[in-house]
Amino acid sequence: MSSSIARTAGRVTGRPSGGASSAPAGARILRSSTRRGESAALAALRLAALLSVAITVGIVVSLLIPALDFFREVPLGEFLTGTRWTPRFADASYGVLPLVTATAWATLIALAVAVPFGIGAAIYLSEYAPTRVRTTLKPILELLAGVPTVVFGYFALLWVTPLLRDTLGITLKPFNLLSAGLVMGAMIIPTVASISEDAMSAVPGELRQGSAALGANRMQTSLRVVVPAAFSGIVAAIVLGISRAVGETMIVTIAGGQQAQMVRSPGQGGATMTAFIANAALGDSRVGSLEYNTLYAVGLLLFALTLVVNLVAIQLVRRFRQEY
Amino acid sequence: MSTAVTRITAAAIAAGLALTLAACGGDQTPSGGTTSDGGGEPTGAATEGGGSLTGTVAADGSSTVAPLTSAAATAFRDVEPGVNVTVATSGTGGGFKVFCAGETDISDASRPIKDEEAQACADAGVEFTEIVIANDGLSVVVNPANDWAQCLTVEQLNTMWAPEAEGTITSWNQIDPSFPDVPLDLYGAGTDSGTFDYFTGEINGEEGATRADYTPSEDDNVTVQGVAGSEGGVGYFGLSYYEENSDVLKLVDIDGGEGCVTPSRETVQDGTYTPLGRPLFIYVNNAKYSDNPAVQAFIDFYLENEATIAEEALVIDLTDEQATTARTELDSLKG
Repeated sequence: MSSSIARTAGRVTGRPSGGASSAPAGARILRSSTRRGESAALAALRLAALLSVAITVGIVVSLLIPALDFFREVPLGEFLTGTRWTPRFADASYGVLPLVTATAWATLIALAVAVPFGIGAAIYLSEYAPTRVRTTLKPILELLAGVPTVVFGYFALLWVTPLLRDTLGITLKPFNLLSAGLVMGAMIIPTVASISEDAMSAVPGELRQGSAALGANRMQTSLRVVVPAAFSGIVAAIVLGISRAVGETMIVTIAGGQQAQMVRSPGQGGATMTAFIANAALGDSRVGSLEYNTLYAVGLLLFALTLVVNLVAIQLVRRFRQEY
Repeated sequence: MSTAVTRITAAAIAAGLALTLAACGGDQTPSGGTTSDGGGEPTGAATEGGGSLTGTVAADGSSTVAPLTSAAATAFRDVEPGVNVTVATSGTGGGFKVFCAGETDISDASRPIKDEEAQACADAGVEFTEIVIANDGLSVVVNPANDWAQCLTVEQLNTMWAPEAEGTITSWNQIDPSFPDVPLDLYGAGTDSGTFDYFTGEINGEEGATRADYTPSEDDNVTVQGVAGSEGGVGYFGLSYYEENSDVLKLVDIDGGEGCVTPSRETVQDGTYTPLGRPLFIYVNNAKYSDNPAVQAFIDFYLENEATIAEEALVIDLTDEQATTARTELDSLKG
């Protein structure tokens, strides 16, 4: 199959009139072909594209059905505005705000670490670092993203929390969102840095040269020319960071605490939405019970939140997109 | 240990078990086997030859009892390598659910079966026998820096953990005016565990009745971490978890109405540590025990070696009386 594609491609480039750069023309030639291998390849590719759509739709449907059961028994307003979350206890309440506050705190702390350090690292790698430094530093930075999150979780619980409490004297619960958030931020740095760096490197050199010609120094060029020019890419990097922070499970489950309470300060512990799901899924809730359906209600809310973040991001990326 | 020694029928069992407990899981010879050599059981498990059994034994249930069943399974593998014993941990309630559906041979339980669970078994035609396999104590632990709570009464624990305490009882001096004004930081069992049912039943008078503003976890290490890291921390779990973590936690004496009792092997075994001392059970599917030689051999082995297994699993072994009762119950199934 692949050899037939290669042959076709060879034929296309071989034509004097076609031109390899003309993608639509190439596509037309592929489509008009009636050779069997090609149509099979096309079907396989189409299937691959459809599969990811189908999986997403499947997830939404499987989330929706039990969640709708849940909202038949618990009004949506009570779910979204209640401040007591005790679905697994005899005296059950279904106010999701404690979980949302915990997720919000953990995400904010993580972003407070990941955004400045991530973008800072990207600016250095893209604008200042010699090529040799960049080619060694970037893979090392990306290694950080490969550390299993369970390792980060215990790192936060057993090292960062004692460090903050005993060495820096900060009043902290043994399980707290501050160290979970800080470590989560460190985990997200490579994501933000790597994607931002890609965006900055893609800014054409002419812009930098033009800026220099007008008398700007390197710092001015970086901050006022390159960063604005790469803004849509940087936004995409931050959004990916937010999505990872909101969806991160292991670190907050291990180090953030599992008590669902309204979190008013980062020194407190709290169960995030993901930590609740991870814990509740460990127990043996009866399938179809209200307790079981809470998993899906929280999952749906999580899905909706990341969807909103992504939609906002797409708008931002579109608005600030620069084409060169 | 002494109870087991009198009961052991084949020296090979003890040898195999000792080897396993000693350390390596190397290549032990399964030569001895379990063939009845007369001993105490003339009609016992004489039909199966040593090391010749095959089949599977499925156990599920309480995570408190699972370490015992697992230890038994590991030791049993050296005696009967052809028998595959699986031990799952769905919690006591979850274990009974599959047990009464006939899916498992043994249900590990940290409390006696409930009426409705027994009914489910009866409805499905599953007859079972309850065997006390070990004794366990729940321990209440506090932070080592806590020098005021040496002994707590059941009433004080109830004040601390009652549903009414939620949001109102937040400081140690609300438990007793002589205690300092240190914030309470509560850790306990997750709602699916037998430990949770047991503690809430004994302390709050109704299973499942508890304040909800504490850190519940199915993982006892969360409680260890939390209490060890918080001056006002207090938590509860099996006594064995305390023994494993006695360097970072402090044990509290419990006054069940007849004075303060320190939880220990002796006080749990002799029943003076109340109300937080308890027996641990395995439930045996009668039909599977009678008809499946692998199941029978495993359970007999388990009971014969309960003392060693209990020691390894950090719970407390049976008294002679408990062991005799269990043996009699099982013998009656062999028919």
